[in-house]
Amino acid sequence: MSFKNNITSVHLDVLKEIGNIGAAHAATALSNLLNTKIDMKVPYVKMASFNEIMEFVGGAESVVVSIYLRIEGDATGGMFFILSVEQANHFIRKLIHDDKFDFQDTNVSDMGISAMQELGNILSGSYLSSLSDFTGLKIQPTPPALTVDMFGAIISYGLIELSQIGDHAIVIDTTIFEEHMEGSESVHGHFFLLPDPESFETIFSALGVL
Amino acid sequence: MIESVSTVIKVGIAQMDIVKSPHTIRTSGLGSCVGVVLYDEFKGIAGLIHVMLPDSSLSRSDSLNVAKFADTAIPAMLEQLKREGVHPFRLKAKIAGGSQMFQFATNRESMRIGPRNVEAVKQQLKNFSIPIVAEDTGGNSGRTIEFDTANSLLQIRTVNQGVKEI
Repeated sequence: MSFKNNITSVHLDVLKEIGNIGAAHAATALSNLLNTKIDMKVPYVKMASFNEIMEFVGGAESVVVSIYLRIEGDATGGMFFILSVEQANHFIRKLIHDDKFDFQDTNVSDMGISAMQELGNILSGSYLSSLSDFTGLKIQPTPPALTVDMFGAIISYGLIELSQIGDHAIVIDTTIFEEHMEGSESVHGHFFLLPDPESFETIFSALGVL
Repeated sequence: MIESVSTVIKVGIAQMDIVKSPHTIRTSGLGSCVGVVLYDEFKGIAGLIHVMLPDSSLSRSDSLNVAKFADTAIPAMLEQLKREGVHPFRLKAKIAGGSQMFQFATNRESMRIGPRNVEAVKQQLKNFSIPIVAEDTGGNSGRTIEFDTANSLLQIRTVNQGVKEI
């Protein structure tokens, strides 16, 4: 099954639309939650080698705050919501009204952790439910898991399924940012959607572009 | 006068490479993957593999990337080292990685990939009678590792525990 050779530009456009719809709903949810304006960029869909993916978001060693969940149901895959430590701190400080909260503290407060988990829950939930509405596929997220660590160590976990097929993945990357914070590269949050190889057929046939 | 400048050779995910003294070799952001260093301290030569999966039977691809799987990467690295004139009986190993990056309840076997990678690497090294002189495996942190041919030390950096050498 060499899905790498069968993907056309029409397919990539459809995946872009998925990133668009999903992240737009997530951005609205975040905007309501924080009572601030959240914008998003045009989704970036790319067939990338694993080593190219490792260089996303500042490189394999850069420390990020990540929410990861598995998608189960008609289509399966992995989903990451990744924030720089500064951006995650900024959101959580706003949410729990604690200016000193920091994910890099040795004793991170439970309050902040559960707020981040809830944030991940809400964002990924709205992303996936809009995806489900758009495709008509029944998909459910697993409870999200939170971790603060090196980007490479985190994203490689989402590549395990794909690595059994080859050394490339289709990454649907949508960036969101708080409006007045734009211009600084470090403040962007990324949604990465990594469908499992066997799910592309399901997604494309659900949208009539097989 | 020629000064010998030490450079760092970088190894990506599911890749492997060889380094000779006085240079060092590193791989970044190991999570569930395992970094395997095979070295000959007298010759000052070392090979580093960034193993991603335990067994090549998991592959559903026509073309096999031997560096990705523990059971194909270690024999392939031994061949490369032999071509450099290294005797397998002089080789020692240091390994790091195999974390459980996320904890959540699921029956998917791939979620336990870190410990399985470590087991598979150890089994291969045992098959070739290569002693593991040091290891830093398991846990739930990402690691960046760098092996120095000058002193045969493996430097390990994590986000929470800083830097250590084994």
